[in-house]
Amino acid sequence: MSKAAESTVSKKSLRDNPLIWPLAGLALVIAFNLVTGPEFFSVSVRDGHLYGNLVDIFSQGARVMLLALGMTLVIATGGVDLSVGAVMAIGGALAATFVTQMGYGLYVALPITLIIVGTLGFFNGAMVVFGKIQPIIATLILMVAGRGVALLITDSDVVKIQDPAFLYLGKGYILGIPFSLWLVAVIFLVMAVSIRKTALGLLIEAVGDNEHASRFSGIEAGRLKLIVYAVCGALAGLAGVLDAASVSAADPMRVGELKELDAIFAVVIGGTALTGGRFLLFGSILGAILLQALTLTLYNAGVSAAVAPVPKAIVIVGVCLLQSERFRKQITNITKFGGKAS
Amino acid sequence: MLFPAESTIRIKSIMSNDSTPLLKVRGLSKQFGSVQALSDVSFELRAGEIHSLLGENGAGKSTTIKCITGVHRPETGTVELNGQLIAPRSPREAELIGIGTVYQEVNLLPNLTVLENIVLGRVKTNAFGKIDWKDARNRAKSALSKLEMDIDLDATLSTLPVAMQQLVALARALEVDSKVLILDEPTASLDEAEVENLFRVMNLLRDKGIGIVFITHFLDQVFRMSDRMTVLRNGRYIATRDAKELSKQDLLQDMLGKAFEEMQSRAGELDAIAADRAGRKVQLEVRGLGAPGMIDSVDLELREGEVVGLAGLLGSGRTECARLIFGVDKATTGTVDLKDKRVKQGVPSESIRDGIMLASEDRKAEGIFPNLTVRENIVIALQSRRGPMNPVPREEQDALAKKYIAAMRIKTSGPEAKISELSGGNQQKVLLARWLAAEPKVLILDEPTRGIDIGARAEIEKLIESLSEDGLSMIMISSEMDEEVRCCHRVLVLRDRKVIGELQGSAITESAIVRKIADHE
Repeated sequence: MSKAAESTVSKKSLRDNPLIWPLAGLALVIAFNLVTGPEFFSVSVRDGHLYGNLVDIFSQGARVMLLALGMTLVIATGGVDLSVGAVMAIGGALAATFVTQMGYGLYVALPITLIIVGTLGFFNGAMVVFGKIQPIIATLILMVAGRGVALLITDSDVVKIQDPAFLYLGKGYILGIPFSLWLVAVIFLVMAVSIRKTALGLLIEAVGDNEHASRFSGIEAGRLKLIVYAVCGALAGLAGVLDAASVSAADPMRVGELKELDAIFAVVIGGTALTGGRFLLFGSILGAILLQALTLTLYNAGVSAAVAPVPKAIVIVGVCLLQSERFRKQITNITKFGGKAS
Repeated sequence: MLFPAESTIRIKSIMSNDSTPLLKVRGLSKQFGSVQALSDVSFELRAGEIHSLLGENGAGKSTTIKCITGVHRPETGTVELNGQLIAPRSPREAELIGIGTVYQEVNLLPNLTVLENIVLGRVKTNAFGKIDWKDARNRAKSALSKLEMDIDLDATLSTLPVAMQQLVALARALEVDSKVLILDEPTASLDEAEVENLFRVMNLLRDKGIGIVFITHFLDQVFRMSDRMTVLRNGRYIATRDAKELSKQDLLQDMLGKAFEEMQSRAGELDAIAADRAGRKVQLEVRGLGAPGMIDSVDLELREGEVVGLAGLLGSGRTECARLIFGVDKATTGTVDLKDKRVKQGVPSESIRDGIMLASEDRKAEGIFPNLTVRENIVIALQSRRGPMNPVPREEQDALAKKYIAAMRIKTSGPEAKISELSGGNQQKVLLARWLAAEPKVLILDEPTRGIDIGARAEIEKLIESLSEDGLSMIMISSEMDEEVRCCHRVLVLRDRKVIGELQGSAITESAIVRKIADHE
């Protein structure tokens, strides 16, 4: 008897597990590649490093993963941060300028850069908390102005990077695996532990779920938001540094362009609702992987960059629809009554 | 198309009185998660009758209504309106076919104006889609005039007190000329004059041949207003009876399935208890607390284990007083001291850390976290009291949830169910559990039994009594004076944002409170 009860419980929790849908999307992409070109999965070893599409998915997805991690927290509080793309540009520009033109070592340049971009994120939060400006507007300001700031920093130039330590961030390998991936993994673990082993996660979810009630429960929503926006800014800046390192140059015009949208997509696909509340850090990582896998698959299939967003959008919409309990119910109702009706 | 052949239907429904029912509900069943909210519920509403739907919390009244109005889709069962099967897919669709609803908790749009809320979704437009505001205004005005209420049509809804908002919701339902009007706890937040006014309108509408489904926990109102009543218990249909044939005792028997001696007043005993409490140490001292537009300088001493009531009409400053003490609104004058510690003004998180907590009257907006679990909703205040870096261990959370679900008899499929799946009364119990779990020194209860049925109300009153015995100091606000009479050791009477008098022990009676309010000039 208890066994039967158990199986229904696990069945239910499987369907309700929000991670199931991005995983399903990923399975779809993998299946597509298995049919059209199994060589997609070939991984080779060159100079002791792993090469191949699978590795690329992770290494190129690393930046969006960083953005998505920060974005997850911001969205969980009921906000959104549109400035992450611009902050990426600032982060890359700052670090590159410090190292290349001012001659600082990476160990000095990187922390200073992170503090500055974290402060930018903090200002976003301050506008939301103290200015009571809607997050989408508050962060729009930095989204528009940030790229100009990045251009000012580099004097409107592309800054070439030669510093080996800097380049290692984007091109280095440890045990055959790209350094950027190790970095993302460490940051993810640190965040997951510091959020779920403290009460921060629950408090953030409470704020996102009903901010008004959170005040009555004694939660300092303002403080949490400031922290969250600052973390989001710092991670965006770090993503910019990785981007600069991987292409050996900081290009303030192009870096992080439209990346805020990728980050938001990754979060939503990963099962965190845009309305705030419940969030899933790991879901966002999966979302970022799915996005990158899709992009690479489409390039491999010869779809031009101009057309690629269309199939990408279809998959994203599909995953989001499947996440909606209501939509799933409607589908099951249609299939259930399809035979009976008429 | 908006009002299909309305006049013919009206005539037909009056003619069909007693033969075919106006609204016929048969065999409704509905499940939420593993909770069977309704099983096989049936009842009939005739044209021109007021039909009460009665039952305890979680008996399935609200769920039944929501199945009729298209909020929920029942798993089985049918609804017929004028002999025709209907299955509205949303409350809006139900409205358009003539079923207007006013819900227990105001379901309007707070940022829109009164006018917009009344006519929303039903405005006439010209060929270019421009809204005919003149027509809308006239219709809204006439709807409000049926209530004999003078509400500024251009006021933003959220600036009005809850009672007024409820009247706006009612005006909205009246505006469509509904054939069936469903009133879910419409009187819960109205004062006496407003209730009388509502009853007058209800009688008027009944005489016009409208069928009214009336849900309320006030039994006097049930007997006064209804023609027939249907009782539900645990999601099942129990009986439908003529109001004239039924005694209060029989009704309670139907509803509770158990006797109700515990509901008797205990005013006599209270005298001794009140004297005992008055001799104890001061727990909370409020001096000259006030803020413009909220309340003038309030002084209040609350002793250990004492329950002090704030009585007065809506708008007398009861809730405002509570909000200032808790600090969710900032006082401009005065001080709050807890034992010898000065409490920082206007910072609820500090108040909670010091041990002052407020269970707000607005459960939906200021209470629950709808998507969090029952367990999380219970531990959240304790957690914020301890601070984010000092998490309540999961075992402790589970133990707390288990303890309160059992102790307060919270009806839920388990501690991990979303709180929004629970009925209103059970949500209220979860909120009380939240405050108790956070170990308050002073607990302010603003309308703790609002929208709650008789059984649960008795439980909550008993709980207040035993907490007081354990030494917890409480401030209680209730629109129902009999409740304050039963629960409070001392009552402060407020009027026009001032404290105008005080009653103690057995001197606390409804008539004494009313006299104080009325006599004061």
